[in-house]
Amino acid sequence: MSARDEILGTIRRSLGVTGTERPRHSAVDERLAAAPKGLVPERGNLSGEALIDLFKAQAAATLATLEEVDGLDRVPEAVADYLRRGNLPARARIGDGLASLPWGATALEVTTGASDGRDLVAVNRAFGGVAETGTLALVSGPDSPTTLNFLPDYAVAVLKRSEITGDYETLWARLRERFGKGVMPRTVNWVTGPSRSGDIEQTILLGAHGPRSVHIIVVND
Amino acid sequence: MTAHVTSPQFKQNATKALADDQLQKAMSNVRQGFIDKRAAVAAKLPEFEALRDSARDIKNHALQNLDLYLERWEEKVTAAGGQVHWARTADEACGAVLDICRRVGAKTVTKGKSMISEEIALNAALETAGITPVETDLGEYIIQLRGELPSHIIAPAVHLNATQVESDFRRVHTHLDPQRDLSQPVQLLTEARGVLRDKFLSADVGITGANFLIAETGTSVIVTNEGNGDLTQILPRIHIVIASIEKVVPTLEDVSQILRVLARSATGQEMSVYTTFSTGPRRPGDPDGPEEYHVIVLDNGRSAMLGTAFQDMLRCIRCGACMNHCPVYHAVGGHAYGWVYPGPMGAVLSPSLIGVDKAGHLPNASTFCGRCESVCPVRIPLPKMMRHWREREFERHLSPATVRSGIAFWGFFAKRPALYRLATRAAMGALAWFGRRKGAFKSLPLAGCWTQYRDFPAPQGGTFQAQWKAKRGGR
Ligand code: SF4
Repeated sequence: MSARDEILGTIRRSLGVTGTERPRHSAVDERLAAAPKGLVPERGNLSGEALIDLFKAQAAATLATLEEVDGLDRVPEAVADYLRRGNLPARARIGDGLASLPWGATALEVTTGASDGRDLVAVNRAFGGVAETGTLALVSGPDSPTTLNFLPDYAVAVLKRSEITGDYETLWARLRERFGKGVMPRTVNWVTGPSRSGDIEQTILLGAHGPRSVHIIVVND
Repeated sequence: MTAHVTSPQFKQNATKALADDQLQKAMSNVRQGFIDKRAAVAAKLPEFEALRDSARDIKNHALQNLDLYLERWEEKVTAAGGQVHWARTADEACGAVLDICRRVGAKTVTKGKSMISEEIALNAALETAGITPVETDLGEYIIQLRGELPSHIIAPAVHLNATQVESDFRRVHTHLDPQRDLSQPVQLLTEARGVLRDKFLSADVGITGANFLIAETGTSVIVTNEGNGDLTQILPRIHIVIASIEKVVPTLEDVSQILRVLARSATGQEMSVYTTFSTGPRRPGDPDGPEEYHVIVLDNGRSAMLGTAFQDMLRCIRCGACMNHCPVYHAVGGHAYGWVYPGPMGAVLSPSLIGVDKAGHLPNASTFCGRCESVCPVRIPLPKMMRHWREREFERHLSPATVRSGIAFWGFFAKRPALYRLATRAAMGALAWFGRRKGAFKSLPLAGCWTQYRDFPAPQGGTFQAQWKAKRGGR
């Protein structure tokens, strides 16, 4: 018997089932189809200004930094200022999804594509933000390489105000709208603040393997 | 292959641990840090207790239908271009990993933190096959340098102090300037980051664990703070996930419910820094990501736990809260438990996985204070299950003579005979050494725990006694 059949067989024997029970199949298929929400904390149900305020406060609590700009066109300028403020070289790797922005109007030297590990700064387009915990959601694809979220020391994420949701469940609903039910992009990264480790004497230190710094640019749309 | 087991020597291990001043100092970090942080973050979320119920119910539902959810999950993985490999035993799981590594001629393998990897002793298997495994979680990296097992399921190096880490780094990182300053923890972190960065970029295969498998989408999920798991899985050509069968949950919504209690219970964060959902290999047009995605799904005794008194243990989401709140764990540390899973969850799980003959002493490592159950995010009745093991141990006549004869030692419980008999027989192993070194443990809240417990209605004492008598009588 194959390992698969034997494992499933033992599970069924232990549970006292055969695996052919109609009601069990329909219970499982219904749950997968309906994907019931469960309990969403009250703070995940905010809207309007309160929602954005919560996102900002929660992101700050995770030690991410955040600024707002009016319009996607202002992003290159904001990135250039951010680098200047941090005394960083005027160079960044950007996700292709941001390539059409007016980078030429700044003194920044930008490159696109995956990171090879030598980029100090990367700017990527986020899919969404979740106010509950100040979490960013980034989705892999031609426009947003996953390496940009992890290899550089400074990670900048760009998202529109309208892409901030209160809870994770609304984020999943948006994702299903984009990719279809039951289908996921190769990677969905939730990022909640800069990389950290508490492995040495339980002292939290930033910048373990991922970015030491996460900067969020919210575009008012 | 199974990691070297010293669980049968639990009492000797514990005695040694109690006399280890360095360890005792390191363990004070657990006592102080984790407990306060969890309490603070739980207090900030009014729905926290209700979410624990929700998490418990989701895991129960998934376990009752585990066969069906595993089948649905497998279909989705395959549809996304991934490959599923079923493994009955640790050996089969190691074999499946080795087959993949050999096929692609892997020399170096980077690894994200995985307790399953520890359970199946994957590093030893890789080394025997001439493949170099590199642990990349900072804590795992440190214990790999030392040739140790993790002493905690989410903080593997919690038993160590910074000076010990410094001397390990000096011993191993001989290519770096011997005069360098490593007096600050941040310098140790920066050094590890630099050394491991090169390994990430040159590895042939990346191996991660999985906190969850999602049936709806065929997704595996890892939850980390460092980002090492992500670098492990996006940079090499091959990504191998090793996960045990009980990790499967139905939907994205279900995993979100559980995530709301996981980090809060584990590290006292509202959410861990990186929660990564991976589905299949790199897609056409993707600029990065692995070309192959494999999941090794391991049973190793779990399927036989279903339908038994220990089924509830399969709800465990490996948050570590039970050990963070356990006075016995605080006192002896993780290594005394003698295998990869320490603390209350290890005391229940290890006998199921490696046998009661090897791990039968572990369920004695309890003061019955009930704190583990009170903080477990999926409400696993850990003390009750430890009692189950003890009863079984009696049935198998494996109880040490001291447990059966040393009752007079505990005269101060004599006022409560029912509790007395239950507790002495059951908890003797753990309490004996507390008793011996009582003076040294004034600071431990044990007395408080016992008082707390003694106020409980003395449960099942009569039943147990009756059972025991019946057994003796029937012989
Ligand atoms: S038994 Fe409960 S508290 Fe302990 S690690 Fe598992 S889920 Fe966490």
